[in-house]
Amino acid sequence: MNETISIVKVGIADFNIVQAPNTIRTSGLGSCVGVVLFDSNSKFAGMAHVMLPTSTMAKETKTNIAKYADTAIPALIQVLLDKGVKKYAMKAKIAGGAQMFQFSSSSDMMRIGPRNVEAVKEQLKKVRIPLISEDCGGNSGRTIEFHPRTGVLEIRTVNKGVSHI
Amino acid sequence: MSFIDRFSTYHLDILREIGNIGAGHAATSLSKLLNQKIDMTVPAVRLVSFDEMMDIAGGPDRVIVSVFLRIEGDAPGSMFFIVPPEQADRLVRDLTGDTSFTFTTSAVNEMAFSAILELGNILSGSYLSSLSDFTQLSIQPSVPSVSVDMVGAVLSFGLLELSQQSDHAIVVDTSLNEGESTGEEVNGHFFLLPDPDSFETIFNALGVTAYE
Repeated sequence: MNETISIVKVGIADFNIVQAPNTIRTSGLGSCVGVVLFDSNSKFAGMAHVMLPTSTMAKETKTNIAKYADTAIPALIQVLLDKGVKKYAMKAKIAGGAQMFQFSSSSDMMRIGPRNVEAVKEQLKKVRIPLISEDCGGNSGRTIEFHPRTGVLEIRTVNKGVSHI
Repeated sequence: MSFIDRFSTYHLDILREIGNIGAGHAATSLSKLLNQKIDMTVPAVRLVSFDEMMDIAGGPDRVIVSVFLRIEGDAPGSMFFIVPPEQADRLVRDLTGDTSFTFTTSAVNEMAFSAILELGNILSGSYLSSLSDFTQLSIQPSVPSVSVDMVGAVLSFGLLELSQQSDHAIVVDTSLNEGESTGEEVNGHFFLLPDPDSFETIFNALGVTAYE
């Protein structure tokens, strides 16, 4: 059987959804966190590239909801609900939140990676979506691709090659 | 209204001149260090989305050697000096005279890291001190940090301050080219990313009304 598989790309501070056999990918996650919400029955998946932990940090007039952990996750859930995915069927996988540079001065912005991870986990707990697996922290950038058909999240780093969670 | 919407082309011209002066001094420093001719492009001041910014540097997936530092003082911001790994190799080899250094293997090479860090330090230092002279503002570079990783992972770090106010960045981009006849070229980029509040400070220091 021939089928064309396309890869949906998610940019920085952006989210999107996909249905199998297509896959969804975001590139160059540093301190940002890639959040995948998926349903293994309907084979739908959504991915968000979260940049900052909370929208209370926003000083912009028009908030980009995909940028902040506390707004991106509820918004992504809503998009999936609109596609008919049941909330109780949703599961989550996350990756990212690295510390790209080592600095002696440890201002809040410098440890943004761990803060993003904390914020994402807190938000997932709040909306009661189970976190199945994660690959967070460290000091390497990640490119992640999610395959809704198998539920596998593929993670590629520069030095450590490819892993699957 | 976002701070970016209030800029005129006049303001962008001023930023271009800042890039010109800064990178001019940096190019002179690099030329002295390597004892060879260094060419500099006319700076580009671009108003770009975050994704477009990654594309300027070769795409979010591309591996890059980057020296990052925070600008502290009157006009805070972020600064990157980035070069592709193969060209960083050449810079380090020219600088140290040792031809075995490389960034392209995963093995961490302390000496190569240290050399490129110092190079980035000297270049950004001359960039910023000329900027400081020009604007009469007190600005100091932080201790720089070096990273060999994906463009997206590296550059997004410098966008954090900016991202709280906008989905776009103003990048002052200058490239340095090694003007040798060897056929190989060193293409280094300087990215100057002032924090949103710093634009007004810089313009005021130059006697320009920030927003017209």
